Amino acid sequence: MTDTARPPAAEAPAGRAAGRGLRPDPARWRDFSLVPVIFVLGVVGFVVSPAFLTRDNLVGVIQQSTELGLLVLAEALVLISGRMDLSLESTIGLAPVVALWLVMPAHGARFAGLELFPAWTAIPLCLAVGAAIGAANGFLIIGLRVNGFIATLGMLTMLRGLQLGLSEGRSIGNVPASFAYPGSADWLGVPAAVWLCPALFALGGAALGYLRHGRALYAIGGNPEAARAAGIRADRITWTVLTLGGMLAAFAGILYTGHYGAVSASQGSGWIFQVFAAAVIGGISLKGGRGTLFGALTGVLTLQLVINVMTLGGVPPLWTQFLNGLIIIVALVISRFTSGEKQD
Amino acid sequence: MTTAAAGSPAVRAEGIVKRYGPTVALDGVHLTVRPGESHALVGRNGAGKSTLVSVLTGMVRPDAGTVSFGGEPAPGRGDTAAWQHKVACVHQKPMTVPELTVAENLFLNRFTGGRTIRWRALRERARRLLAAYGVDADPAARIRELGVEQRQFVEIARALSFGARTVILDEPTARLDAAGIGRLFARLRALRAQGVAFLFISHHLQEVYELCDTVTVFRDARHVLTAPVAGLAEDELVAAMTGEEAGAVRRVRRPARTAGEPVLVTEGLALDGHFAPLDLTVRAGEVVGLAGPAAGGGTAIGETLAGLRTPDGGRISVRGRPVRTGSVPHALEAGIGYVPEDRHREGIVPGRSIAENVTLTVAGRLGPMGTVLPARTREFARRMIASLDIKATGPDQPVSALSGGNQQKVVIARALAREPSVLVAVRPANGVDVRSKEALLGVVREVADGGSGALIVSDEPDDLRICDRVLVVFHGRVTAAFGSGWGDHELVAAMEGMAAAAGGGRGAAVTGGTGGTEGREGTEGREGTGGREGTEGTEGDAP
Repeated sequence: MTDTARPPAAEAPAGRAAGRGLRPDPARWRDFSLVPVIFVLGVVGFVVSPAFLTRDNLVGVIQQSTELGLLVLAEALVLISGRMDLSLESTIGLAPVVALWLVMPAHGARFAGLELFPAWTAIPLCLAVGAAIGAANGFLIIGLRVNGFIATLGMLTMLRGLQLGLSEGRSIGNVPASFAYPGSADWLGVPAAVWLCPALFALGGAALGYLRHGRALYAIGGNPEAARAAGIRADRITWTVLTLGGMLAAFAGILYTGHYGAVSASQGSGWIFQVFAAAVIGGISLKGGRGTLFGALTGVLTLQLVINVMTLGGVPPLWTQFLNGLIIIVALVISRFTSGEKQD
Repeated sequence: MTTAAAGSPAVRAEGIVKRYGPTVALDGVHLTVRPGESHALVGRNGAGKSTLVSVLTGMVRPDAGTVSFGGEPAPGRGDTAAWQHKVACVHQKPMTVPELTVAENLFLNRFTGGRTIRWRALRERARRLLAAYGVDADPAARIRELGVEQRQFVEIARALSFGARTVILDEPTARLDAAGIGRLFARLRALRAQGVAFLFISHHLQEVYELCDTVTVFRDARHVLTAPVAGLAEDELVAAMTGEEAGAVRRVRRPARTAGEPVLVTEGLALDGHFAPLDLTVRAGEVVGLAGPAAGGGTAIGETLAGLRTPDGGRISVRGRPVRTGSVPHALEAGIGYVPEDRHREGIVPGRSIAENVTLTVAGRLGPMGTVLPARTREFARRMIASLDIKATGPDQPVSALSGGNQQKVVIARALAREPSVLVAVRPANGVDVRSKEALLGVVREVADGGSGALIVSDEPDDLRICDRVLVVFHGRVTAAFGSGWGDHELVAAMEGMAAAAGGGRGAAVTGGTGGTEGREGTEGREGTGGREGTEGTEGDAP
């Protein structure tokens, strides 16, 4: 075969192509497609306000990204394995409320808890609630085979309602110190969350890249039947991912609660759109099997930088929602063309 | 549409060149189809057939060369309606909307008469159109309620209803069973008698001999041969396609060797509604064939052995050790390698790399404590690429960018990755070209020669040629067994339910039909997989 006679996408035979050395692989650039966007946003921020390029501001941006970031991490894992979970935005609010309800004193505070467990158990309880919500989603999606989109949409509404019912629609303050610690502590001069969130992303990225069960997510999302025929326990792994997603959302709730010192009744409300936007901008395919956590992280940073730059630039608050939506669409279009891939 | 003036060809393409970046998809090819002719276009995957179809239907503009219809130059690019009047195309993939009715599908975007759709009139028009082409389908039925064959006829009727006198059929038989193919061919012959010209693309050379007058062979983007079908030996045709000497494909089978100890034994294995209790023994060094139509139980037996289905009763053991049934991980652990029937559905993860696909079954062995080390993965993939001769740029290439035959090799590599004691392959050469088929079956033979056992489930006599013995499964029961030295005709007759005497009756529908097509009854499983060109797997994935 001297002449390669192939349709466009088919590669030339190995005999020729292998000898030519490595061409730059477009798939490798996909993860970095938002890096120029972030850079441009940095320049814009610098021009708009001298306050932008200060340590306090940048650390603040990162801290504000952590809660959204953890939800995106959870959603990215779920999306890569070919499912979706809308209820994450309710988990971030409900899990802390349930945990606090179980441990808070029954009398004396504005919010009357059950005082069933000692205060230090609040964090493990919160994570357990998150895991239980994820497992319930798994039961609906994997066990009963109902439509995942609607099932988790129902969960979103139901859990939000449960939170309102438990908290009587009020914010819960005076949370136990141990519960507030991860979201409020400073480690080495920066908020602990700023260390924890990237660490979890790195952990997740390493698991996806280097663990057999992590690699399995891509196979399950890319072609579940093939994964099953190859001996991968697709249902069990998907169920685990949904449970893990719930736990990550619960942990995001802990950070958020610690950060602001209270659980607000609307904690996380409406975030799921930002979560999906960040994931898709970051190159995660809604069809499953494609995307990296690094890409998802750049998606989160992009969205948060936009908000920060708008705030510093003195955009009137009534216009921020419009601009936020606009920026999501612009970022989506940019990432579609820098990565050169259709996002359908 | 008036019939083309006598003498001027229905379609004439000359000097067509099409490049995609550095790759040349068509290199100065020419093709002429006369009115009322059925012209076959054959070639291996990647020979340029699909690109030529795109050029002839106006979907792709060639870099050089001209296309004319009935002596008039082709319409301009983008003038879809004009192209549709010149040439109709029935694509390999179904182009109907399953949730809409037959009538709507027939006149999609062509509803006439004012602003509102007059349903009664539309159905009436559809009924007349279907009747004109002898298609037996209710215009009010939804497409999804129709059988594969009727859908295909609806598509053909729609294609012709634009007034085109030339029809391109891209692998029209891939989705049909033998009887359906017979009816399709009868219909096509009737249309040909009315002066409609056909360009017929198929991987099944037998069909070319049955239906076509003239055959054109493309190889490596070039035109190799155009000749009348009559008087062209099949060996010569294959040689033209592969560029190699005839005789390489139809290899003489070796005499049966002495088989070793049993590697796979089933006792009373049964799955209600699929196959009756089955006692099967595959010995080391032996390739056993399970012949029979896809729906006849063979595929279900393969899937049960692989752990994808849970049997109602019976036992499986590998090298004397019992295997837990109904669990793929246990089957893999026991040493059963599995090549699924449909690589697109169960075989490959298209967007991921070769390395990832090949190592799906061995992820536990590529690093300590559940880790998968990329370096080891790539190294493993490189060995597999080398040993199976997969044509790829490297282990990181996405599987979707490979040609059909190479994708199938990836699936087989995945099955062989754990060095199975027995390889269960369901239609291992499904939808690949002649040369790839030979290579793939050669791999299966080598596995057995290396001391493992192999079980091939297929309804194609060609696939079973490498077997040491063949069991025929009909309606879930083993009805016949052949040692070495069976003939196509007796095997096919057995697969058709011992209907050797009925061969004459069927011959009325499939004139001159021999083993090549008749053994393909009930092939629903092949929907959309038969003989894909390299491009198809990449849709929506690669940039």
